Amino acid sequence: MSDLSLTEAPPETAGPQASGLRHGRVGMGLGLGLATAYLSLLVLIPLGAVVWRARSDGWGEFWEDVTNRESWAALKLTLVAGLLVAVINVVMGTLIAWVLVRDKFFGKRLVDAVIDLPFALPTIVAGLVLLALYGPESPIGIDLAYKQSGVLVALLFVTLPFVVRTVQPVLEELDQEMEQAAASLGASNFTIFRRIILPNLYPAIAAGAALSFARAISEFGSTVLISGNLPFKTEVAAVSIYGQIQSDNTNAAAAVSTVLLVVALVVLALIDLLQRWAVRRG
Amino acid sequence: MARWTLRLVALAYLALLLVIPLGIIVNRTFENGAGAVWDSLNEPLARHAFQVTLQVALWAVLLNTIFGVGAALLIVRYDFPGKRIFNALIDLPLAVSPVVVGLALILVYGRLTPVGSWFGDQGIDIIFALPGMVMATAFVSLPLMVREVVPVLEEIGVEQEQAAWTLGASGWQTFRRITFPSIRWAVAYGLVLTLARSLGEFGAVAVVSGRIVGKTQTITLYVQQHFENFDKTGAYAASFALAAIAVVVLLIMNLLRPKEDR
Repeated sequence: MSDLSLTEAPPETAGPQASGLRHGRVGMGLGLGLATAYLSLLVLIPLGAVVWRARSDGWGEFWEDVTNRESWAALKLTLVAGLLVAVINVVMGTLIAWVLVRDKFFGKRLVDAVIDLPFALPTIVAGLVLLALYGPESPIGIDLAYKQSGVLVALLFVTLPFVVRTVQPVLEELDQEMEQAAASLGASNFTIFRRIILPNLYPAIAAGAALSFARAISEFGSTVLISGNLPFKTEVAAVSIYGQIQSDNTNAAAAVSTVLLVVALVVLALIDLLQRWAVRRG
Repeated sequence: MARWTLRLVALAYLALLLVIPLGIIVNRTFENGAGAVWDSLNEPLARHAFQVTLQVALWAVLLNTIFGVGAALLIVRYDFPGKRIFNALIDLPLAVSPVVVGLALILVYGRLTPVGSWFGDQGIDIIFALPGMVMATAFVSLPLMVREVVPVLEEIGVEQEQAAWTLGASGWQTFRRITFPSIRWAVAYGLVLTLARSLGEFGAVAVVSGRIVGKTQTITLYVQQHFENFDKTGAYAASFALAAIAVVVLLIMNLLRPKEDR
């Protein structure tokens, strides 16, 4: 997504851009109050309630809710699938970004536009679409429905744009003179890629991978239809939480939710650190 | 040689993951002709589901546009204690699973909670009703507008606004005549993103809506129900409509992008 400005320098002004600071005090106070109230009522208090509910019967109970066989299996599948998705996206996303920036072929603009489709397509539609090629009626005979590999394909679909869209702008900005210098000194294409290009891409690739992972572990809609939601087999954490809510097992749902929240927060913090690091490296 | 291989691998990956599955769905949707698709989209329940989705999405877009532009102005133009935390918290919804969003809202606004029962006494249901669905949708799409407007505000700087101030313009005048015209494309872009995300929301709404057919069923819930009940025609038709909206969204985004780079 474009909000990762890895290529841009931080704004010149260190502090806020004080346009009407003296005049706007009251307006600012009111605005800040309203914005904070909105954020609190909608996001912070409800999320706090989840964590509160998770530990309401003590940490022992919390631990049991998280490590009971079904929740644990779901969490394990979710985290492993999330890691796999991140790794595959690092390879394929970088490769696609490379082709989009450095290659020239007919229809490239169309391919470039198509990359964003998974962001625009509702997740339930994504699941339904994938079942067309990888379901029981698959024209090529590959049936991944109700299998873990089906879950993986669904997650790859919804996370496709992340690495592509973080790496692409960095590649575009990259100065090719260094590569030409390396080539004139006899470096092979692979050496140039490994020694010159790749080091410049690391922050972008890592940020894209982290975003893919965060999205993958929280994904629900796209996995619903293709996974069949079989406990111990294809049930991901979000689906497991949904089941617990439906069967009024709110404490267990809150416990698994809390684990997901903590993991996602750690990933967000990592992305933030990465961005700072990238900005410092210039 | 290497160039060809890379191109082939990239295109094959995209074809297998994206293009071919989409093509098959379009093909299957129109198996019985466009008339059948139109008929299933006109089923009363489908129409109702579209209406509910639209209603929820428009409310969410309205709320997040006001919040998003306001929050972006606060972040870029003002200094206040806790600004870094405020800024970081806005991104939080991106990392929360939609199902957790639903659970979180139920825990605070559900019928059995103090807040929920107070509203219930006033005759207002939040959970299993429209207000809860709007909240869930606004939650998941909250960061989109802010993140589009902030970089543009940073880039345009403050000279013009300061000039307006010194010439005696009020805060509102400055915003309307100076600030807004320069961020309008970013706002338009954020609006399209928020709308697309809202129309397609599934998990959070699945939890808080109670999925009452003909009442709180949105179009994405309709797709799931009809797919699982073997009404593939209905599911495909509604999915096709949603996919068509997604494609239009992409087109609009591509049209808006270059304008920003001027």
